[in-house]
Amino acid sequence: MAPTTTIRIALAGLGLALAATPALAVTELQWWHAMTGANNDAVNRLADEFNASQGDYKVVPTYKGNYGETLNAGIAAFRAGTAPHIMQVFEVGTATMMSAKGAIKPVYQLMKDAGEPFDPNAYLPAITGYYSTTKGEMLSFPFNSSSMVMWVNTDALKSIGLSEPPKTWPDLFAAAKKLTQNGFPNCGFSTTWVTWLNIEQLSAWHNVPVATKANGMDGLDTTLEINGPLQVKHLGNLAEAQKDKTFDYSGRYDSGFGRFTAGECPIMFGSSGSYGNVKGAAKFAWASAPMPYYPDMPGAPQNSIIGGASLWVMGGKKPDEYKGVAKFFAFLSDTDRQAKLHQTTGYMPITKAAYEKSKADGFYAKNPALETPIKELTNKPPTENSRGLRLGNLPQMRDLWAEEIEATLAGKKTAKQALDEAATRGNAMLRQFEKQAGR
Amino acid sequence: MGPERITFGGRLLPAALIAPQLLIVGLFFYWPAVQAVWQSFQMQDAFGLSTEFVWFDNYRALFADPAYYQALVTTLVFAAAVAGLSLSFALLLAVMADREIRGSGIYRTLLIWPYAVAPAVAGVLFGFLFQPGLGLIARGLNGIGIPWNPLLDGNHAMILVVMAAAWKQVSYNFLFFLAGLQAIPGSVIEAAAIDGAGPARRFWTIVFPLLSPTTFFLMVVNVVYAFCETFGVIDVLTHGGPGRATQTLVYKVYQDGRIGADLGGSAAQSVVLMAIVIGLTAIQFRYVEKRVAY
Repeated sequence: MAPTTTIRIALAGLGLALAATPALAVTELQWWHAMTGANNDAVNRLADEFNASQGDYKVVPTYKGNYGETLNAGIAAFRAGTAPHIMQVFEVGTATMMSAKGAIKPVYQLMKDAGEPFDPNAYLPAITGYYSTTKGEMLSFPFNSSSMVMWVNTDALKSIGLSEPPKTWPDLFAAAKKLTQNGFPNCGFSTTWVTWLNIEQLSAWHNVPVATKANGMDGLDTTLEINGPLQVKHLGNLAEAQKDKTFDYSGRYDSGFGRFTAGECPIMFGSSGSYGNVKGAAKFAWASAPMPYYPDMPGAPQNSIIGGASLWVMGGKKPDEYKGVAKFFAFLSDTDRQAKLHQTTGYMPITKAAYEKSKADGFYAKNPALETPIKELTNKPPTENSRGLRLGNLPQMRDLWAEEIEATLAGKKTAKQALDEAATRGNAMLRQFEKQAGR
Repeated sequence: MGPERITFGGRLLPAALIAPQLLIVGLFFYWPAVQAVWQSFQMQDAFGLSTEFVWFDNYRALFADPAYYQALVTTLVFAAAVAGLSLSFALLLAVMADREIRGSGIYRTLLIWPYAVAPAVAGVLFGFLFQPGLGLIARGLNGIGIPWNPLLDGNHAMILVVMAAAWKQVSYNFLFFLAGLQAIPGSVIEAAAIDGAGPARRFWTIVFPLLSPTTFFLMVVNVVYAFCETFGVIDVLTHGGPGRATQTLVYKVYQDGRIGADLGGSAAQSVVLMAIVIGLTAIQFRYVEKRVAY
């Protein structure tokens, strides 16, 4: 194509855009997200439905890469003055967003200003707790939540005479050992997101703190408590189990999940959001079960904490735009819509009503694997140890913790040494974050 | 030696001729470098809402961090291994392909192809082959009694990233070595052959010294490559682990800056890394180049 033609087309496009802008009375709301595949379809469908439901606002969803990339894109855009209205941020980015006073508009404030009906008690507290201040003010809008569950190959369990997944850690270690001796020599059990299970969920599930100040929710001057007796004991058990592959390490993130669906590891801890993956790929009978607990810990199990992401509203936008965002959130909270979103994506229902509706519809009778994370999350009312984590630089801190766990599993450090050092190094990181964000 | 030099008179014309290059280099190299130095003296939150000038705090924190020294040692080991492996392997291939064989053009082209593979893709490829339990080569290794596990064994992980990073660079080195070999006049080698020198002796006393300018240039390029451009391979294969076994300086810059949003600290690391690379290159030109015969 000749360059002049290209330029002419570009100019024509520009002219059209300029001509079209004043004619449209609708206010555009940019929504940056990190959803792919079926979840991307769900996002687009929600936007379309909202846009069709009224004529004043138009939500424009844009895929910006994975969670980390979307957050970085949002931060870069904010620095350049072109932030979107709504940004999907994964749960471990919560502290980063929350500390950016002036960069965000808290959701409770947004709903109040816009006069939209909004009752925080309508939502599942285990979910909203993660995104709320200790006073119960909701800072971001929960969107897609998951939790960690134990995926089990029930055929394999039957082969060692178990009709039900193990409920406690001692039972699990015993079952996994038997599995390595009966057809699974490489791996009795394994996990994705090694720190999410063995530090974050383990602590919440046993009502033990990860850090002071209610796991950081009460302030940035928090210090880590990941080197307590429970965590040390558990990591020691894992390291022992690693020796004969009763437990076999599968990496820091979730790339090892294929070991479960391929039939190599009969028990695998992973996100409840892996549902579609398991359903599509596993060629054996499977189920999901709650995480195990140590029976000598009084009160265990407590409740699990969530993964997934929430929607943050960026600061510095016009009041009319905020009105539109508030309307959109009210639209998202609708019971039928939430129930449908939950049932099609596998993510958690966000409102109590949507959960009740799914139950009444008989959804869980057909899909029991999707009720496991809800049962874990709502097992008991959250305490300060199980509401969630608000630690600065959590994505990077997870890498740091994983480094120390790897050293223990490789036999280079004892569990106590490794967790002590993980705490010391993590505290240095927290102080750094406090200096950066606390001013 | 060489053609006559052409000199442009006056000041304006040479300046005008060189201006575009200077502009590009200034815009895409010097400006970001100055920015990095400036940022390394600052402390900033992720959103840039508040910035504080902190003098040398970022550097002080850096040099007080044992992990940083460990990353430095890791980088040196890594760079030496990558440069050594990719240079020697490429030289071997180039010498083989330089022979008078049928279809040598096809072999040469095929050997250059891997250079077009992006580092991250190379990483994924090696990841698949060497993933314990599922990977083809990993299973082979386990089959012959080597308990291959780069997820937990730091040495295995290091071997893995070195292989992937070196593999990527072999084609590039091969190209230069082949060109260098073809520039060596055949008469010199034939004369040596008539004098009774065997292939090994001919290679070490004639070919290898005549290749030294190429080898030297490639050594500089490979070391810089290992220091600065291998982050994609490491990110895909090991994420710097297990422990910190494969955390090189450039990967730490990425982890602290991009994942940790610590822009000041990451900028300070970039500045130090830049200084190290400049220093290494200077040493190479100052001392190693003296042994090079052009």
